[in-house]
Amino acid sequence: MDLSAISPTLLVASLMVAATPILLAALGEMVVEKAGVLNLGVEGMMIMGAVTGFVAAIESGSPWAGFLAAAIGGAAMALLFGFLTQVLLSNQVATGLALTLFGLGLSALIGQGYVGIKANSLGRVDLGALSDLPFVGRVLFGHDPIVYLSLLLVAGVWAFLRFTRAGLILRAVGESHNAAHALGYHVRRVRMTAIAFGGACAGLGGAYLSLVRVPQWTEGMTAGAGWIALAIVVFASWRAERVLVGAYLFGGITVLQLNLQTAGARVPVELLSAAPYLVTILVLVLISIRARRGGAAPADLARPFHAST
Amino acid sequence: MTALLELEGLTKAYPGVVANDDVSFAVTRGGVHALLGENGAGKSTLVKTIYGLVKPDRGRMRLDGQPFAPAEPREARAAGVAMVFQHFSLFDALSVAENVALGMETPPPMRDLARRIRAVSEEYGLPLDPGRLVGDLSAGERQRVEIVRCLLQEPRLLIMDEPTSVLTPQEVEILFATLRQLSAEGTSILYISHKLEEIRTLCDAATILRGGRVVGGCDPREASVAELAERMVGAKLTAPKSGGGAPGETLLRVEGLSLPPVSQFGTPLREVALELRAGEVLGIGGVAGNGQDELLAALSGERLSAAGSVTFEGHDVSRLGPVARRRAGLLTAPEERLGHAAAPDMTLTENAALTGGARKGMLRRGFLDWGLARTFADEVIARFDVRTPGAEVAARSLSGGNLQKFVIGREVLQDPRVLVVNQPTWGVDAAAASAIRQALLDLAAGGAGVIVISQDLDELLEISDRFAALNAGRLGTSVPTADLTMERIGLMLGGAHDMEAAHA
Repeated sequence: MDLSAISPTLLVASLMVAATPILLAALGEMVVEKAGVLNLGVEGMMIMGAVTGFVAAIESGSPWAGFLAAAIGGAAMALLFGFLTQVLLSNQVATGLALTLFGLGLSALIGQGYVGIKANSLGRVDLGALSDLPFVGRVLFGHDPIVYLSLLLVAGVWAFLRFTRAGLILRAVGESHNAAHALGYHVRRVRMTAIAFGGACAGLGGAYLSLVRVPQWTEGMTAGAGWIALAIVVFASWRAERVLVGAYLFGGITVLQLNLQTAGARVPVELLSAAPYLVTILVLVLISIRARRGGAAPADLARPFHAST
Repeated sequence: MTALLELEGLTKAYPGVVANDDVSFAVTRGGVHALLGENGAGKSTLVKTIYGLVKPDRGRMRLDGQPFAPAEPREARAAGVAMVFQHFSLFDALSVAENVALGMETPPPMRDLARRIRAVSEEYGLPLDPGRLVGDLSAGERQRVEIVRCLLQEPRLLIMDEPTSVLTPQEVEILFATLRQLSAEGTSILYISHKLEEIRTLCDAATILRGGRVVGGCDPREASVAELAERMVGAKLTAPKSGGGAPGETLLRVEGLSLPPVSQFGTPLREVALELRAGEVLGIGGVAGNGQDELLAALSGERLSAAGSVTFEGHDVSRLGPVARRRAGLLTAPEERLGHAAAPDMTLTENAALTGGARKGMLRRGFLDWGLARTFADEVIARFDVRTPGAEVAARSLSGGNLQKFVIGREVLQDPRVLVVNQPTWGVDAAAASAIRQALLDLAAGGAGVIVISQDLDELLEISDRFAALNAGRLGTSVPTADLTMERIGLMLGGAHDMEAAHA
């Protein structure tokens, strides 16, 4: 095989593109779980974001309208989940799974007339001379706005959870909803807000697939990205910066194995395809073992809250 | 002295029960007012009403002469009412400063807050490090976090819901010194407890609740403990009597028992050794979170320990699971009633069969004899006076005290050789507690060995022959109970965790 065919510059640049959908979805889910809610419907919200974003972009001609619609679509799905689990107190695991199945089906229905069309792509952010720098220019300064938005979101979520009072309240609600309630915080309201944010992020991630990465609509095009996002949240032990590492690691191995396949590596294709999953899980497990015994799961994760008074 | 808080005809009904019925009383400015009553007397509902967590159906409150009807805790806090909760309202994974900030309306930036926490905690002799994780603190320190959180808001009324149940005697003294200091500064305190001796030393007024109604008020400094207890319960209480036989052969021997902690905030067991003889009650005291649950799990077989560490009637059972140990006659009743001692959504019959199956002969070739299970459950209900419509109701539907009688009775009636119980009377009212203690003493008198793990020192002094203290996963040497004083026990429990200097 010919390893020289693999260009490091292109590899890094394309891993950021490959990782962005998962990064967005995982970041949103992390906030949801920090508030003590387990939404397994990430995949369903992503694919709904992918289809609503694609349809809106085609109909309006603007990819930005597409991304906006995707965020709204994802959040609407999430609020459906929120209504069922927070108001009607249904089981979070079952409801999340149902949301995924529902999203896959509904998106296929909505997207029927849009198969095979190509959407307008987002332009790159023009950073002038910066993009002309060798290596760094291509790698860091030649991307579309959503890649930068996702990185800003990582920093924003990190700072929000760490430094703001609202972030503290959100963590408190996820840690012990009874104590938070006793102190007079609105557990359900906080959780609903977090759920909607998580849905919007998942929707954006889905739209990034259908509008930038592919860019086309096909049924079931998320192909398990939502599940990877869920796994990354757990293995990143609920920390924004580790979610970034996990998502980029996964994206990197995905791109690398594709490159290896085209370079004709003498490794079974199936093993190469499985490599991103295996390596990501392995690395994040090692991180979380080193980090702390027992991980850092919010103590009231997936527990239903019902104010008894 | 003028009244700070006046309650007038407060009534709150829940489906099937009137929690508060026409409750009226007043708390004076700077006074320490006790609220007395059995479990279910309506104390918690009442303080939740004052704190804005419960909306009364009828009745009025006045604070400082102004009408006071907080719709939520925020409003109550703004009016100067602060509350220290019975079950801590703390967040384990957050730091002390973050926990304090969550209890304040407009917290200052973290750095200022940390400084203020240090200042207030030193002023009142409650040292605290604002940067530590609450999950790593002892029960006494956790309570300090709650109190400091209240003090930072400079409250006019401080409500304390059973604050001493998890403290060592020394920590109780420090708490009382703090409360007296507050009272002298003009803060009123509403103090809920069922420890009557404490109320007599601390409080200057008392209101007694029974069945949601005020049955009277008194000056606790002038009433005797027996008098207060009688008015609380509405009947005379008899103290359990020990059989007083001489201890027989060794039944259970534990040597070099060490286990790593289960979770991040868990306690390890370190080189625990004990010996239990037939006919004796061994009391194990300790502040919550010092290894009680872990010790019970190691004795019950939920967690296996190194070979040779647990010997029961001459056989090494360290590597045997709970079922095998039960069959041999080593029975246990854990602290948590719902979800550990009993399966909440299963019926009493099913719960009886869950632990009693093997010893009561209900198992035949993999089949369960439900008739026998039913008979056994009925027997437990009858012998232990469990108030329930029948054996076919879910365990969850019983009140705490009744379910506790059931889970203890279920083990006692299986005729154990050794019974280990953790917090046998936690949250149980005085009459039921006394019945449970008597049953444990009767069991010992019948030749069994009993280990009682409890945080209630009075209980341990009352029923155990020997006493040992658990401290950070280590079990001290046991001492005959007759030789003990409260002060000595306090020192055995680890004293007051670096607090003596603060008040000196």
